[in-house]
Amino acid sequence: MAFQLDSKVPEGPLKEKWTNHRFNMKLVNPANKRKFKVLVVGSGLAGASAAASLAELGYHVECFCFQDSPRRAHSIAAQGGINAAKNYPNDGDSVWRLFYDTVKGGDYRAREANVYRLAEVANNIIDQCVAQGVPFAREYGGMLDNRSFGGAQVSRTFYARGQTGQQLLLGAYQALERQIGKGTVRMHVRSEMLDVVKKDGRAVGIISRDLVTGEMKRFSGDAVLLCTGGYGNVFYLSTNAMGSNVTAAYRAYKRGAGFANPCYTQIHPTCIPVSSEHQSKLTLMSESLRNDGRVWVPKQKDDQRAPNDIPEDERDYYLERRYPSFGNLVPRDVASRAAKERCDAGYGVGATGYAVFLDFAAAIERVGEDVIRARYGNLFQMYEKITGENPYKVPMRIYPASHYTMGGLWVDYNLMTTVPGLFALGEANFSDHGANRLGASALMQGLSDGYFVAPYTVGSYLAEEVPLDGSGAVATDDPAFDQVEQEVQGRIDRLLSVGGKKSVESFHKRLGQIVWDQCGMGRSREGLEQALRDIPKLREEFWKEVFVPGSAGEFNPEVEKAGRVADFLEFAEVLCEDALAREESCGGHFREEHQTPEGEALRDDEHFAHAAVWEYKGDDVRPELSKEQLTFENVKLTTRSYK
Amino acid sequence: MKLTLHVWRQAGPQDRGRMEMLQVDGITSDMSFLEMLDKANEDLIHDGKEPVAFDHDCREGICGTCSMVIDGVAHGPQEGTTTCQLHMRAFKDGDSIHIEPFRSRAFPVIKDLVVDRGSFDRIIAAGGYVSVNTGSAQDANNLPVRKKDADMAMDAAACIGCGACVASCPNGSAMLFVAAKMGHLAHLPQGQAERKERALSMVAQMDAEGFGACSNHYECEAVCPKEIPATFIGSMNREFLKSSLCPDS
Repeated sequence: MAFQLDSKVPEGPLKEKWTNHRFNMKLVNPANKRKFKVLVVGSGLAGASAAASLAELGYHVECFCFQDSPRRAHSIAAQGGINAAKNYPNDGDSVWRLFYDTVKGGDYRAREANVYRLAEVANNIIDQCVAQGVPFAREYGGMLDNRSFGGAQVSRTFYARGQTGQQLLLGAYQALERQIGKGTVRMHVRSEMLDVVKKDGRAVGIISRDLVTGEMKRFSGDAVLLCTGGYGNVFYLSTNAMGSNVTAAYRAYKRGAGFANPCYTQIHPTCIPVSSEHQSKLTLMSESLRNDGRVWVPKQKDDQRAPNDIPEDERDYYLERRYPSFGNLVPRDVASRAAKERCDAGYGVGATGYAVFLDFAAAIERVGEDVIRARYGNLFQMYEKITGENPYKVPMRIYPASHYTMGGLWVDYNLMTTVPGLFALGEANFSDHGANRLGASALMQGLSDGYFVAPYTVGSYLAEEVPLDGSGAVATDDPAFDQVEQEVQGRIDRLLSVGGKKSVESFHKRLGQIVWDQCGMGRSREGLEQALRDIPKLREEFWKEVFVPGSAGEFNPEVEKAGRVADFLEFAEVLCEDALAREESCGGHFREEHQTPEGEALRDDEHFAHAAVWEYKGDDVRPELSKEQLTFENVKLTTRSYK
Repeated sequence: MKLTLHVWRQAGPQDRGRMEMLQVDGITSDMSFLEMLDKANEDLIHDGKEPVAFDHDCREGICGTCSMVIDGVAHGPQEGTTTCQLHMRAFKDGDSIHIEPFRSRAFPVIKDLVVDRGSFDRIIAAGGYVSVNTGSAQDANNLPVRKKDADMAMDAAACIGCGACVASCPNGSAMLFVAAKMGHLAHLPQGQAERKERALSMVAQMDAEGFGACSNHYECEAVCPKEIPATFIGSMNREFLKSSLCPDS
């Protein structure tokens, strides 16, 4: 049976939807809030902000993270900034413009009402963070400073040096720790959720593994919030943290939650290129660098000269050439593809030929080295540590890498998945970025969901669906928990008993190569069909030849990794199925068969203006596709042009 | 290059632990220190042995998870650098490298190089925050902050909570960590209302966790991957003294 996808977008004009919806939602009486328990999985921006905010309201909250502290979630690595339409620079910004830019930036594949709400609450996020003591950059008069980011012609990005994600996360983490100190949140660190428990179709709890003792634990709750991030590590090499994984979202998918638009993956244009086969991860160089850096390659193929020896007229500033109005600040998908195009054509630089220059010489000449150091000092330092080269003197070498995933669990306007009581927040859901996310919008969405959306919508669910007398509560000794725990334990036992010779890591690397080659920046029917033949073979080999050392009942990082890679090996197929089914190019999804003569993405709004939602139908069975038609009443669908 | 590693192996909190020697070959200068350990672990797994357990996550120097003492120095020989950002170009062929966990009474070893730093979270929970519920904030620009103060707050807020300061201090003191959080909030108008209570409660928790006191060795400043200056400890002492002597003024 296909999904019945009701987006639950409220009636009324766009500008009034969220206001009206807040009024119409049911409330939980303050004295009754303590009768409900909410499980929050993940402690990044979305998870920490949701857990703290729900606890402030009076709910009992249990929060889980696989790291050793909630402060370490990968939101911490976001560098550049967070958008809001404060219009402090007086350059013509407005909520409507932020909404419009975000819908356009997403190549018209996001839900209008969600994006408008995001733009609307963005200003509250900045207020909240400043009140928490987030040390945003300021001007000499003491007011907040803004900078520009890709895909916008106004300056609306708030930032804290190159560590905005860190500072926002610490704000949310401190709010969370405050509640932990008060005893309203019980925090479970080094604890990994391995499955969702359902009863009568509703999410009633989770099974998690204590990563220190290896013990399986059961937690019941009246609602479960997955704030577990994206699946960028399906590519193996990515800018994600080593532990970032798809397991929680994929487990939810296998329990009946629809997975939407997995093929919308963001390949970030400015990362430090791959240098050797031992590389374990890639490092982002913030998009903010494109404010002052100019991207170029030599005009001559295979030019081996040092960059500073190549005269000005022999350089091709290809972004400025192709996109004169946005120049180096075109959105990420456009910049990534343009880099790939140059390198594939033989103009790339560096040892592998898969890199382009990001050059600060002109900016240093214009404003001086000190100003550039004040703006990007920590990024330049990070670059030098990794590459051993000084970017004040020599242009950086950069290349695109997997960074963020716009796809995720399908959620309605209330952030609830197709499983009642199971919510998804932040990068784990699919909702706000369409087919491409603009810079400085991930932090905005994570905090919007956690601080200002879920606290209302989760309350409304509890008020409407969960009886106050506790008769809806499911005890952890219920057979529903027994069964799921047995399945989870069985899977771990199976992983340990394969007894092969090959490491988990080696399989992850090979999977990443397949997905990067066939489902990366450029995708074709032929390549995707090949991937759909190769992935099941690799998975079969994994279950025959993997070696997982140690035992399940102890601290064992290899067991953790094995479970995550096993899930990626299944999930990668859903990703490729989605990329194959979407016979158009849009945002981060570029099908080589569908492009304009100039090589730009060619959308097909007549047939593909929908969210593609995949439903699990059994192992080794093709998932079933349902569609949520997207309607645009407020913006006109045009070909996205940054020329 | 070929290296000899002497790595701390400890099966669990109750185990006595010991140094174990490992040979690792095929290391290139562009590998990170953790990629070198990945290689050593791949070799161990290939031989059917248990890999060395170590904590790591973002591998870009910001999450604060990685935590190793390398040749006696927390995070190794390169200044202002976390273990994950240390690259093998800092070593040469034939080197012997000693790798140990961040040791301290308040950081019990879980396994091999992995320690429990939950005490840091409990110190923050004791008062390292501004009490502002979601929704109760005024417009962000209503309260101007001198650029100098904002910059100073940011210098302190750059702390990644890794615990290198504790591991390197002969007293096992966490004062640089605590001072950084206190200094961050004390430099902002938002942090003023709870300033005194914060100083008292964070210090009380720090003591309860078993951390030692500062006696001016400055080892913490020397190893801090974010180069947070020890002058914040001086400010913290003043904060604590003022709050203790005149809690109501």
